[in-house]
Amino acid sequence: MATDGATDMTQQGLDARELTVHYATPGKRGSGGRVLAVDRASLRVGAGEVVALTGPSGCGKSTLLRAVAGLEPLSHGSVSWDGTDLARTPPHRRGFGLMFQDGQLFGHLSVAGNIAYGLRAKRVPAPQREARVSELLELVGLPGFASRGVHELSGGQRQRVALARSLAPEPRLLLLDEPLSALDRGLRERLAGELSQLLRQTGTSAILVTHDESEAEMIADRTIGMSGGRLLE
Amino acid sequence: MGERDRLVTRQRSERHQTAPSRPHARPSRGFAWFWVVGTALPLAFLLIFFVWPVGALLLTGFTQHGAVSLDAVPEVFGEPRTWRVIGQTLAQATLGTLLSLVIGIPAAFVLYRLEFPGRRFLRGLSTVPFVLPTVVVAVSFTALFGPGAPLAWLGLDQNLAVLVLALAFFNVTVVIRTVGGFWAQLDPRPEQAARMLGAGPARVWWTVALPTLAPSIASAASLVFLFCATSFGVVFVLGGRALSNIETEIYRLAIDFLDLRSAAVLSLAQFAIVAAVLVISSRARRRREHAVAMQFDPSRGASTGIRPGRAHLPVIIVFALTTLFLHVLPIGALLLRSLRGPDGALGFANYANLFDPPADSALRGSVWGALQMSLGTAVVATLIAVPLGMLTALVASRRPRSDALQRGARFFDSLVMLPLGVSAVTLGFGLLLTMHRPLGIGFDLRTSVVLIPIAQALVALPLVVRLLLPTLRGIDPRLRQAAMMLGASPFRVLATIDLPMLGRSAGLALGFAFATSLGEFGATAFLVRPGAQTLPVAIATLAGKQGAVNYGMALSAAVVLGVLTATVMLIAERWRGETAGEL
Repeated sequence: MATDGATDMTQQGLDARELTVHYATPGKRGSGGRVLAVDRASLRVGAGEVVALTGPSGCGKSTLLRAVAGLEPLSHGSVSWDGTDLARTPPHRRGFGLMFQDGQLFGHLSVAGNIAYGLRAKRVPAPQREARVSELLELVGLPGFASRGVHELSGGQRQRVALARSLAPEPRLLLLDEPLSALDRGLRERLAGELSQLLRQTGTSAILVTHDESEAEMIADRTIGMSGGRLLE
Repeated sequence: MGERDRLVTRQRSERHQTAPSRPHARPSRGFAWFWVVGTALPLAFLLIFFVWPVGALLLTGFTQHGAVSLDAVPEVFGEPRTWRVIGQTLAQATLGTLLSLVIGIPAAFVLYRLEFPGRRFLRGLSTVPFVLPTVVVAVSFTALFGPGAPLAWLGLDQNLAVLVLALAFFNVTVVIRTVGGFWAQLDPRPEQAARMLGAGPARVWWTVALPTLAPSIASAASLVFLFCATSFGVVFVLGGRALSNIETEIYRLAIDFLDLRSAAVLSLAQFAIVAAVLVISSRARRRREHAVAMQFDPSRGASTGIRPGRAHLPVIIVFALTTLFLHVLPIGALLLRSLRGPDGALGFANYANLFDPPADSALRGSVWGALQMSLGTAVVATLIAVPLGMLTALVASRRPRSDALQRGARFFDSLVMLPLGVSAVTLGFGLLLTMHRPLGIGFDLRTSVVLIPIAQALVALPLVVRLLLPTLRGIDPRLRQAAMMLGASPFRVLATIDLPMLGRSAGLALGFAFATSLGEFGATAFLVRPGAQTLPVAIATLAGKQGAVNYGMALSAAVVLGVLTATVMLIAERWRGETAGEL
């Protein structure tokens, strides 16, 4: 499913061009020391395509993901979707989803409350919302968990809820930041299979950040390596 | 995932927070109005009712007949009495701090390091002394050491020793909370390693535990010193003619001698002391944070604690005895003596006098009336302090990307903390000076009862912010980002992430604000009018007057106020979230 006709794809899906992100070095204030975290990374993701970014710790892959989400200020480059530039679109209006490595579930909400969060933000009426929540719980293999508190869940269950939560508002692009890394090996392999299947089933475009090559192979259509802030292709 | 990766992620996410501003992706646009209002409301409140009055007060020290004049400074500092007062203030504060540390550190060990049933309850109880109104504690100590008291034979009435004990009564709590809170989260493994290298418990304490705790002890000590040096009620009631501090001296100069200029100069001397202590304490805090970064193990969460063994027996005995002597005896003496009527008979005569004042009462109006007024003003003060404190905490908890905004947030944070460092007497005095024509409006606020809750809210505001801030700062920025990525607008993020978290500590903040306002004495003492005073002012008035009837009423009124405050605090403690701050 790799990008065949490049000219056809320019208007389709995500087009990130020459993304460059700097950090301010900790300790120094002002415009002093700044570290280059992502260096002119260009990336395209077509509709329904799943792309994996792999590389060692600190190579900038998570930062690149966050830059696409709009959570990191760009020093250079542009992010657009279906040909529309997103420079002035704040993260919550981009229609992208982001799943964190540690889930970042809302501790004060139940499982259902977490999954329905994005639906509430979209003002989906209650009956549809409830239907969607139970549909997603079914999908991630946690039927009947709706009223549980998130503190009662195991690590694997938490990540399933986090995934269901990201999928609920039907994002046009799902950004997965090491979604399985916090889990132990057996569970990770099983969930990788399920995740791959889920993304296909829902037809969601996705970028998966992982340091695990085999996980990338299992889930993604294509894999891009990253090192020292640059994409290797 | 290993420890190190987690650390790397953590550091990286912190670095993200300080990235410089770019036109691209600024999520809070269109939401700016909220921050403007959220900053402007507390700021305006502070400027009108704090900065202006205190500034105006200081100005009177340096002007004469409308012209700048520094004459008052050499005049005041030429007086031997000034130096005696400053010396006494420093001596009281130093001794109070030392005693608080000596008693507080073993108590911190027992309450935060040992595991035993009832520990949670005792910890909650240990907060109570700190929030007991100063006049209640002062009257308790007179009930134990004063004329006709069980320990009167010691001859310590109006003695420095009793004053220092009373100062430690409150501030042991500060030490227990600050040091204990740090201790409970300390990684126990270095101590275990030292044990395995052959060090006995005492050696482990001196060589491993104490050096690690040193920054938190230093930070507690500077805070306690500050509280002791600016204490008003205790010195006012217990000091008598012999002992005073800068606070009581300002009060004496302003109220008894109407010497506003000298009072203003002394206020400035107090500023200097407070500022010096604050600088030292902020250094200590920075070192403590550094130490936490090294020693604190985030994956462990709350410590499991040690089971008490025979080796801990000396510490437990010290804890039990000091608590008994410092806390139980004075409160016990207060309770018992309040039940002994003016004629010496056991009964509720003193309590009956609260409702139906006897002919020779030194008070205009009944104590019951003072209680009603206290409850009313405390409710209003709480309703001012908690919403303003929440707004302040929301603003101060943000880490904006822009450097200028970050500096602004820090400045805002420290401005709100100022009333904690500026003495209540200075504040009350300043309000009295300026509020006859607030903002040039010809409406004398001084004759209005509104000024009292405003002053109390100013005193409570920094406490509310200190309690709420850690909860908000503890929210992982990625949690807000997760909400944002689910399509939540900044306002929705605030309403669905920040506010529920804030709600968990709100009970504690409400309780603290109410209890503080209820017991506030220093500022209120300037603002009440005869016949319409609050309960603490009534107690201080009664305790300072001759006669068994008056003193009996002071005792029973102190019991009522103490029970009220302690109950509010114990309820509020049950309401505390896991993340609320310590003071």
